[in-house]
Amino acid sequence: MKETKSILFVGVGGQGIILASKILTEGLVKFGYDVKMSEVHGMAQRGGSVTTQVRFGEKVYSPLIGVGEADVIVSFEKVEAVRWLEYLKPGGTLVVNDYEIYSVPVLVGTEQYPEGIIEKLKAAVPNTKMVDAAKKAEEIGNIKAQNVLMLGTLIKALGLTGLDWESVIGELVDKRFYELNIKALKEGMSV
Amino acid sequence: MKKMLSGNEAIARGAWEAGCTVAAAYPGTPSTEILENITKYDGIYAEWAPNEKVAAEVVCGASIAGARSLTAMKHVGLNVAADPLFTIAYEGVNGGLVFVTADDPGMHSSQNEQDNRYYSRASKVAMLEPSDSQEAKDYIKDAFEISEKFDTVVLFRVTTRISHSKGLVELGERNEVGVKPYVKDVKKYVMMPAHSRVKHIEVEERLKRLKAYSNDCFLNKIEWGSKNIGIITSGVSYQYAKEVFGKDASYLKIGMTYPLPDLMIKKFAKAVDKLYIIEENEPFIETEVKNLGIDCIGKDFIPLCGELNPDIIRRALLPVEEIQTYSVDVNVPSRPPVLCPGCPHRGIFYAVSKYKDIISSGDIGCYTLGVVQPLGVTDTCICMGASISAGIGIQKASMMAQRNAKVFSFIGDSTFFHSGITGLIDVLYNNSPIVTCILDNSITAMTGHQENPGTGKNAKGEIAAAVDIETMVKAIGFKNIRVVDPYDLATTEAAVKEAYESTEPFVIITKQPCALIKEVQKKRAHLSCSIIEDNCKKCKVCLRTGCPAISFRNGKIVIDKEMCNGCGLCKQVCKFNAIEKVGE
Repeated sequence: MKETKSILFVGVGGQGIILASKILTEGLVKFGYDVKMSEVHGMAQRGGSVTTQVRFGEKVYSPLIGVGEADVIVSFEKVEAVRWLEYLKPGGTLVVNDYEIYSVPVLVGTEQYPEGIIEKLKAAVPNTKMVDAAKKAEEIGNIKAQNVLMLGTLIKALGLTGLDWESVIGELVDKRFYELNIKALKEGMSV
Repeated sequence: MKKMLSGNEAIARGAWEAGCTVAAAYPGTPSTEILENITKYDGIYAEWAPNEKVAAEVVCGASIAGARSLTAMKHVGLNVAADPLFTIAYEGVNGGLVFVTADDPGMHSSQNEQDNRYYSRASKVAMLEPSDSQEAKDYIKDAFEISEKFDTVVLFRVTTRISHSKGLVELGERNEVGVKPYVKDVKKYVMMPAHSRVKHIEVEERLKRLKAYSNDCFLNKIEWGSKNIGIITSGVSYQYAKEVFGKDASYLKIGMTYPLPDLMIKKFAKAVDKLYIIEENEPFIETEVKNLGIDCIGKDFIPLCGELNPDIIRRALLPVEEIQTYSVDVNVPSRPPVLCPGCPHRGIFYAVSKYKDIISSGDIGCYTLGVVQPLGVTDTCICMGASISAGIGIQKASMMAQRNAKVFSFIGDSTFFHSGITGLIDVLYNNSPIVTCILDNSITAMTGHQENPGTGKNAKGEIAAAVDIETMVKAIGFKNIRVVDPYDLATTEAAVKEAYESTEPFVIITKQPCALIKEVQKKRAHLSCSIIEDNCKKCKVCLRTGCPAISFRNGKIVIDKEMCNGCGLCKQVCKFNAIEKVGE
């Protein structure tokens, strides 16, 4: 792959976005790509929106993705998909978790959580993949595995299924959750 | 072997490989992970100091005693450590000495956007600036070499985007340099005026030698491409410039930012048609280039405020192209940061929020979020430790203006150790009847749970002596001290009322560990609150606590059992017994 690919992960603190990006990154390194990953945390840990950016290719310079430049946006929460949508490249893929997390202004009723997000996203972006990741992860055994499930869907979308992702997961997640995460990965890949 | 490392991880690795033996720091985003990672290596003594000045002084002493030493801090931390920096710049070093400053363009989690390249010019020391993780590791080794070769402390500047982005790094082995012998030399290490006057002349001579070095060292290099455009750049801006211009430009990549390589700049400028300076924030390089009498384009087009990125550079310097992207017609609600569910700070903020005629002076930490509605308590926030001292000023000015002069200051345990204690001494000494609320959650929470002098553990997680805040406050001479559990609202409210009515200096210490500490999470995992729907009058008083676990959905108050840790504050504010605690 000559051209650099850009993946933007977005969601809310605590959803496991950083771990998912880390697994992706390590896998891409094993593939032999030059990879750069950038994350924003700090204040954002306290219930704010969290993003990580992964860029890979033959040689990567900037760790940052610009507006209209992401090949794929992986959104762990519906509203966050809308917030970051302008970063998606024309013809790019949007992977979105059908999951809501209310922010405090919404919780206390000063702002509204919008309706019909998925329908509107699907109408606007032809390559929208909706994943019921939270629900499916819960069915598998733990909602926390939604991050790896989302990752599975991304791997499929990127056409990177040929790599031994199970061993990458084995290196990066707690042994106790290995089986659960492998199940989540496979489930994600099958979407 | 190659490994994905963040800039901060790479700096730690570089320090280890360079044979560094002493490191000290105070946590601060984006610098925190440097010391955290250093603690993982054997062969380096590593400590969390109470503040950056102390950390810097620890490593200055270690360097004098012969050890390669490193301190790391965020940009504003260098303001605190500026005092030792400017004088160790005169004394020079024995073992190599590196000060890392992690600047935060874009203010991802900082109170200002300062460009610490100016500190190198002001303190007259060499500055290095890497542009990715590999260079972050390599340049640290060079920094130690330069430090020892030129008898200078080296300022090592990174930015958030270098600190927190990861790239592939080729790992090396540790170079065991040992600790150099110490030789008593008062003319070098005792900066009294007679010695300092001599030293200042030496510092100026050293700068000349450093400039000559800068002009032919490998840290500054020219990459020839098209000569239509020449770009002088440093740090992460180099990567952005390469991303945008690729081979359509030539680059003078600056790795040694101070002193700048004047001869190299002249040579480069002469060889290209158009000269751009691409740098984040201040026109540090641009000013120097213009001072050499060279025409260049920089801040006329590239913004001075905020973090740079390839997009901004493209739009500033290339013909504008319409960006194609997607949009949908959805009103996106905001997602501001907020005190966590079960955060112990909420109790004291809720109690103080009842008093509308006070001024509340805040500080740096999670509890800065006391400003967020619905609590909306905090009125000011300046820098670490300023809650108490600014509180004194607010009280004195209000008194002079014959306004209500009641001030509540809020400070965390780590910040209190950092620089709150001196302000508190002033409260008593100058008899300022303010209320100092020390919110002791037994951890440095905002930066991600680092130990501090009160937690009973050191940087490596080993058992350490724990400084007791109440004993300290007593030792200063305070008589009015209340220690409360902020989960117990009645006691907390009583203490706040007493403090509000007092005409004397008053201290309230709240003690309850951060809800995110692993052991606390484990201990409280089975605890939660839930709504007794029959009793609920939907008065929404519970929502006023600002807890993210409580919401009003479909005409009902709901508590998210997963998020709730059963702190019970909502139960205590409910007048209708509509909330019960579960799991006790």
